Amino acid sequence: MAIPLSWYLALAAGLFCIGLFGCLTRRNAIGILMGVELMLNAVNINLVAFWRYITPQDLAGQVFAVFIITLAAAEAAVGLALIISIYRTYDSVDMEEINLLKW
Amino acid sequence: MITQIVFLAIALLTLAGALGVVIARSVFVSALFLILSFVGVTGIYVLLEAPFLAGVQLLIYVGAVAVLIIFAVMLTRNVMSEETPFLNRQWGIGGFIAGTLFVLLMLAGFLANWQVSSAAPPEDAISELGKALLSTYVLPFEVASVVLLVALIGAIVIAREE
Repeated sequence: MAIPLSWYLALAAGLFCIGLFGCLTRRNAIGILMGVELMLNAVNINLVAFWRYITPQDLAGQVFAVFIITLAAAEAAVGLALIISIYRTYDSVDMEEINLLKW
Repeated sequence: MITQIVFLAIALLTLAGALGVVIARSVFVSALFLILSFVGVTGIYVLLEAPFLAGVQLLIYVGAVAVLIIFAVMLTRNVMSEETPFLNRQWGIGGFIAGTLFVLLMLAGFLANWQVSSAAPPEDAISELGKALLSTYVLPFEVASVVLLVALIGAIVIAREE
C-alpha cells in the first residue's frame, strides 16, 4: 500500500488534538460541541485505518465506525437541544457565565 | 506517488478546516470550516477503500450534523459580542495539554510495530458490512436504534418551550 499506516495515525492525532484544544478553550458552547465532533471524526479515521491495514477481512472496524457516527448524531442532537434550553434560561451560551454547578 | 500527493492534500484540507473551527472568531465561520473538515474526512475514507462510510459521512455529518449546528448558531445569535475574547482564560494550558498529547500520540503511532496485513478487503465489502451488522452485531445494531429514538425524544423534550 502506497501510504504508510502511520500517516493516517498522524492525521488522526492532529485532528484529535485540535478538537481537544477547541473543546478546552472555546467560550461558546456550540464551539465546544464542534470540538467534540472533530475528536469523534479523528477516532473514526483511526478505526477505519486500523481496519484497512491490520484486519481487512474482518469488518469490525467499519461496524464500530458506523456505530460511532450514529452516536455522534445522537450526541449532537441532544447537545444542541441542551444549548438552546440553556440559552432560553440564561440568555447566553458563554460557558464562563454558566456556572450553576461549579464550586 | 499520486496517492501520496492526494493523501497529503486531503490531510492538509482536513487539518486546515479543523484549525479554522478552533481559531475562527465567529461561531458561524467555525461551522463552515467544520463542513470543510468533514468533507476532508470523507476523502480519507475513500482513500481507505470504505465507500459506504464515505457516503454515510457525507449524509450524516455534512448533511445533518453540520446543518443542525448551523441552526443552533442561528437560534442563539448575537449573544456573544465581538469584543469578548472567544477563547477562555485556560487557552495556554489547553494548548499545552493538546500539544503534549499530540507529541505522545505521534511517538506511539510512529514507534509502534504495527502488524500490517497485506490482504485485500472483501470483494463486496458493503454487502459484507450489511451481513455483519445484521448477524454478529445485531444486538448493538438494535440498541443503536433505541439510542437514536431516546435521543430524538430527549432532544424534543429538552428544547421544547414550556
